[in-house]
Amino acid sequence: MRLALRIWRQDGPQHTGQMVRYDIDGVSEDSSFLEMLDLLNEQLIHKGEEPVAFDSDCREGICGTCGVVINGEAHGPERTTTCQLHMRSFKDGDEIVIEPWRADPFPVIKDLVVDRSSFDRIIQAGGFISANTGSAPDAHATPVRKEDADRAFMAAECIGCGACVAACPNASGMLFMGAKITHLGELPQGQPEREARVVSMTEQHDHEGFGGCTNLGECTRACPKGIPMNVISQMNADLRRAGFGAR
Amino acid sequence: MALTGLFFLFYLLVHMYGNLMILMGPEAFDEYAHHIRTIGEPMVPEKGVLWVMRIGLLASLVLHVWAAVTLWRRAGQARTNRYVMKRKGYGNFYAKAMRWGGLAILLFVVFHILHLTTHTISIGEPQPTPSQRVVESFSQWWGVLIYVVAMVAVGLHLLHGIWGAAMTLGLNTSLKRAEQIRFVSILVATIIVVGFLIPPFAILLGLVP
Amino acid sequence: MTDMLIDGLYREGEPIADTKAPAGDISQKWTTRQFDASLVNPANRRKISVIIVGTGLAGAAAGATLGEAGYQVKSFCYQDSPRRAHSIAAQGGINAAKNYKGDGDSVHRLFYDTVKGGDYRSRETNVYRLAEVSADIIDQCVAQGVPFAREYGGLLDNRSFGGVQVSRTFYARGQTGQQLLIGAYQALERQIGAGAVQMYARHEMLELVVVDGKARGIVARDLVTGEIETHLADAVVLASGGYGNVFYLSTNAMGSNVTANWRAHRKGAHFANPCYTQIHPTCIPQSGEHQSKLTLMSESLRNDGRIWVPKRAEDCEKDPRQIPEEDRDYYLERIYPSFGNLVPRDIASRQAKNMCDEGRGVGPAVDGVSRGVYLDFADAIARLGEDAVRSKYGNLFDMYERITGENPYQVPMRIYPAVHYTMGGLWVDYDLQSTIPGLFVTGEANFSDHGANRLGASALMQGLADGYFVLPNTIRDYLAKGPFPAIADDDPALVEAQDSVRERIQRLLSINGTRTVDSYHKELGKIMWEKCGMERTDSGLREAIEEIRALRADFWRNVRVLGVNETLNQSLEKAGRVADFIELGELMCIDALHRRESCGGHFRAESQTEDGEALRNDDEYAYVAAWEWGGDGGAPVLHKEDLVYEFIELKQRSYK
Repeated sequence: MRLALRIWRQDGPQHTGQMVRYDIDGVSEDSSFLEMLDLLNEQLIHKGEEPVAFDSDCREGICGTCGVVINGEAHGPERTTTCQLHMRSFKDGDEIVIEPWRADPFPVIKDLVVDRSSFDRIIQAGGFISANTGSAPDAHATPVRKEDADRAFMAAECIGCGACVAACPNASGMLFMGAKITHLGELPQGQPEREARVVSMTEQHDHEGFGGCTNLGECTRACPKGIPMNVISQMNADLRRAGFGAR
Repeated sequence: MALTGLFFLFYLLVHMYGNLMILMGPEAFDEYAHHIRTIGEPMVPEKGVLWVMRIGLLASLVLHVWAAVTLWRRAGQARTNRYVMKRKGYGNFYAKAMRWGGLAILLFVVFHILHLTTHTISIGEPQPTPSQRVVESFSQWWGVLIYVVAMVAVGLHLLHGIWGAAMTLGLNTSLKRAEQIRFVSILVATIIVVGFLIPPFAILLGLVP
Repeated sequence: MTDMLIDGLYREGEPIADTKAPAGDISQKWTTRQFDASLVNPANRRKISVIIVGTGLAGAAAGATLGEAGYQVKSFCYQDSPRRAHSIAAQGGINAAKNYKGDGDSVHRLFYDTVKGGDYRSRETNVYRLAEVSADIIDQCVAQGVPFAREYGGLLDNRSFGGVQVSRTFYARGQTGQQLLIGAYQALERQIGAGAVQMYARHEMLELVVVDGKARGIVARDLVTGEIETHLADAVVLASGGYGNVFYLSTNAMGSNVTANWRAHRKGAHFANPCYTQIHPTCIPQSGEHQSKLTLMSESLRNDGRIWVPKRAEDCEKDPRQIPEEDRDYYLERIYPSFGNLVPRDIASRQAKNMCDEGRGVGPAVDGVSRGVYLDFADAIARLGEDAVRSKYGNLFDMYERITGENPYQVPMRIYPAVHYTMGGLWVDYDLQSTIPGLFVTGEANFSDHGANRLGASALMQGLADGYFVLPNTIRDYLAKGPFPAIADDDPALVEAQDSVRERIQRLLSINGTRTVDSYHKELGKIMWEKCGMERTDSGLREAIEEIRALRADFWRNVRVLGVNETLNQSLEKAGRVADFIELGELMCIDALHRRESCGGHFRAESQTEDGEALRNDDEYAYVAAWEWGGDGGAPVLHKEDLVYEFIELKQRSYK
């Protein structure tokens, strides 16, 4: 395949960036999108140009490291991660526009690489159950309804890639946050900290500069794990309960 | 935003009920128009309830717009570098049109007050009673057109507004519940639009004396 | 130590032994050790600091636990967040001797299965302890909110895994590793939020600081700014994972590397059993030169799929559906009639390679050879119906289709083995302490528990056992001697470590040759896969050693790394890692060459039964090979740790 790529190049966080056009030939339809970028980088190095920086690690769709916006869509045209997107989803001769996640809480580090440590700080604020090592009762001490366990698992599938923020017109992180709140809130072990958790996580979310939610659902459409919007509603419900509880 | 929106929705339902009185004849409608000014008398002064309602609506409006502007501003601050290429055809058009649609509805409300509350603007000839003013206005095709456009805008605003309010209130708890909420928003929006448009069309088609 | 060079490649040094496991009955050793290990007064803990490199199951769990205990912890990972570590990709499950199913499981049975699965090349004491703490792991994870699969009664579900006869595997659909890691990550983030742990993401350890014979810190590069930072502490824990990426193509993450381990090895930590690598039989084959990694599919596919290749090489190009039954060779069913397609991983892998080497492989040819065999579900679909097959394997079939673009309900899947896990690693004693005092090694990075092969669902168990329960209880015996004296900024050992890191980076950036880092990595991978992969021979390994030496020389003359140090420079990161992989590759080949027996994941063609089965040689090789760095240009030194089996009898396995 022969492709025309337009890629965001930015030297560092303090630099301004611009789109640069690269023509690439000899791309296999069976290669993944990131392997196509690998090929581009090999060619750039041979030409003496600095390769395009982009993040990836597991390349099997589970670690959440990779992610670029392709032709305006987070992770590209298929509902999967960028590493699992294959070039057969494109046509010979296509022009492909590749940009980093764009959101102020995700500042660009270089080219297509962004800093998502704001997500870690949201988890630090309350995305956990306080259970010190060695203090746990037997795992069967508390049965959990299968339905609750399944819903908790569904929400826990979030890989923290940030596509929800990238796709959201408001650059909101609420699908990510709602997923964690739903995961822990569905389980009996998560109840003691449930109200404190939702309050401190949402405060941190807003403090990081993410936008608010206008319930458009772009997040869930971009989510490679298909996390539904009801986790956001769950977060709102918990927040309301926490608010009334405090008064 | 959800609570003020639901207050508007409640108000619209009451308003719609009042409008439909015109189908019962001019006397019934005028009686209704008079009654809303005298509810609660003599416990409360004339127009007392009406003013409470008006103040409530105004306060809701201020809060609703304030919330919308805040969200808008936060969104702007959360993405100061825009995408070079935007996704084609994302989302429902009516969901994306909440801000501009809301603004359009606000302009209509101003017009509506100038038209039928303060009588600053008339459609057709000025008339002495509420029922005559309504009948005169909707006997003009363009009068009907203005109200049709406005009501479609309100309906679309409600389609996403009710869904959003349910999300905010934490009612969307499962995929099945999401479908139910979608269904209710379509149903309620349709009832409002149809309910409000029955009187103008009835008048235009000469079904109201 | 003898001065004589054996095989012209290595020397033999003094034997080595674990001195930390207490005497007594095996079931009492861990209790005794925990009691005997010194305690650190809670008030003293905040004066004592620990560095942890890696945030996978072992590293994150250790970081959280030591943070909770009150030590000052500094945690490092090369990824952008600790949640990305490659433990996340483990699919199947985690073993624990809970006996919730009442099917006769016990600590002793898990211990026995693990030793047997490791082909009697692991240390009894460590394995017993692993089995012993396994049950605590499940309790801990459930308390943290890990959403394990449950039954309708609300209790945890189990499945049997990897050919064992009891159901002891806990799982969270096909994402057990992800859920366990997120649990450990959240516990770690909680400590970061509380200020007990300082997190250094996007930092790579490039050197170990050893002062007065003790591990006292690391030199790390900030991958964003390029700054070379020195971090000092009272002890250093390596939890940096395995080295499967030495093969270039593996199921490891792109960034998984051996650098932390290798730098420690060069500073004096012995590297044990480097040649023990596990190869997983059911991965999606390579589709072309462009391929950057391999993807594993659950082994459960072999329960219903039938593996075959065409009988004649000339049929290999044909559409498999056009090849009649009589022209197909269901080779596993033919060679192993009783186990058929369910033979152990290493046998299934090796036979697939044999078929492809005979020219009967299928699928796209890479370098002129098709490396793939069919895994056919046509019979299963005819027998069970497509819906039943979909409900069992739907997610795997979808994954296969996404990657290959072929519909496995209609066309047989193609599979090929891939490197998956490395049992070897830095040598540690019962306390998980390496041969450098103060340097502890946990999880896949150490060699301790799996012997020559690892049972399914045991990697997660070991990572969390080390991180939550073992290390925090053993490291205190060392830390109780601390805090150790402060180190001056101009301490020669410190300056040497910093200078060597800077010098190496400068060297890599200044070569400016003609070949990319990836091209070296690919070439190394090919050498390793062909000659130190599923089947190893004396001559092949000797060739490999020569080729790797030549590759290493060429790398340092001709590699091209563009850009500068003072920015995010992914080529530079890769160059350092590949340089270390090249050195490790040579040691792996030497280890594989010296071990003239077959055991577990190590198959020497010269040591097999008449039926082509792996043939162990317990008389000569029942030991751990712990290698000491012999210096640049020098020969590595072999230290043998004899494996004494007091509680389990050695047996030769058979799957006929």
